[in-house]
Amino acid sequence: MSQERLELFEVFVRSRRGLDHKHVGSLHAEDHEQALEYARDCYTRRSEGVSIWVVRSRDICASQEEDSECFFDPSDDKPYRLASYYKLPDPVDNM
Amino acid sequence: MKTTADETRLEQRFQQRIEQEQKIEPKDWMPDGYRKSLIRQISQHAHSEVIGMQPEGNFITRAPSLRRKAVLLSKVQDEGGHGLYLYSAAETLGTPRSELIAALQSGEAKYASIFNYPTQSWGDIGAIGWLVDGAAIVNQISLQRTSYGPYARGMVRICKEESFHQRQGYEIMIALAHGSPAQKRMAQDSLNRFYWPALMMFGPHDSESAHSARSMQWKIKRETNDDLRQKFIDQTVPQIEYLGLQHPDSEISWNEARGHYDHGEIDWNEFYAVINGNGHCNRQRITHHIRAHEDGAWVRDAITAHNEKLRKRAQQVA
Repeated sequence: MSQERLELFEVFVRSRRGLDHKHVGSLHAEDHEQALEYARDCYTRRSEGVSIWVVRSRDICASQEEDSECFFDPSDDKPYRLASYYKLPDPVDNM
Repeated sequence: MKTTADETRLEQRFQQRIEQEQKIEPKDWMPDGYRKSLIRQISQHAHSEVIGMQPEGNFITRAPSLRRKAVLLSKVQDEGGHGLYLYSAAETLGTPRSELIAALQSGEAKYASIFNYPTQSWGDIGAIGWLVDGAAIVNQISLQRTSYGPYARGMVRICKEESFHQRQGYEIMIALAHGSPAQKRMAQDSLNRFYWPALMMFGPHDSESAHSARSMQWKIKRETNDDLRQKFIDQTVPQIEYLGLQHPDSEISWNEARGHYDHGEIDWNEFYAVINGNGHCNRQRITHHIRAHEDGAWVRDAITAHNEKLRKRAQQVA
């Protein structure tokens, strides 16, 4: 089978217990099982991980870069969501 | 089928991980009791976030300025988001959210009893941000080191987002305490009513706490109720002093030898009365939650119907 016809999978690796899985790249594979083994061979050859997730790329729904302005701008004018917005006097500023 | 020897080995490996300060992750083997304790604690935490939206939501339409209103809206919105993070963490343990919410609505599951107190004045919004979120932050900072990975990661995110909650509350308190005599009275009244219930948020004394010892052993909890409470008491004294308000605890005094403040005893009868359903707002909180849940049923039904329609359409094409 030609590689073009294999499905694309996204690979996420947890480098250490307690940390989130982090996206590291993608690969072509026949199915989940092969994708996992292939991801192990490609992305964790130097013990980079303790756990791997693979997800079919077509199953990932992503926001569009060209829409990002109107998609994210509702947060732009809300600086009061940050602690630094509240100026407190020195004696009590440690909260 | 697993033999007892297998179970023992798994249990040893689990305990070893705990002792080595490694996180437990969703697909790891874990003892039933550990799983149950976590589901209870995380779901109770999630319920507290969601029920906690009610007392503050009560003042959104009556905030004294547009700025205060925007801030309060943001805070209440955060609490809803934090409920979501926590329900999701609980769900990694295998219990669906619908079951967790059913347990809340039937009264089987608890939430922080502080939210059964009414918000009577704008000062209460200040006192809640300052004291209630302040106490929650002390607890949550400690829980960032909890042994269950998804819970620990949720706590990190929540602490980061919540850092503004306490400061906006204290800012309200400064405005009132340094304002007119009537405003100062309002600040003092809110402090008096919320101080003791905030101390109760840390739970019973360690000697009385049903789950504490085992949770400490499993490192679900990292510090005891009394130690966390002491931390909160200590940090709050200078904050009350700065406001120029009277400390609600007449027995508060610095103990040089201990390096902590000594304090008066909490009214535990009140604590248990409120936990067992006899606070001012227990019924109102749950009734409101059920009503909001039922009012939203048509949205959930519409989503299901829409998905069903798409599925049928796809079938016809195929």
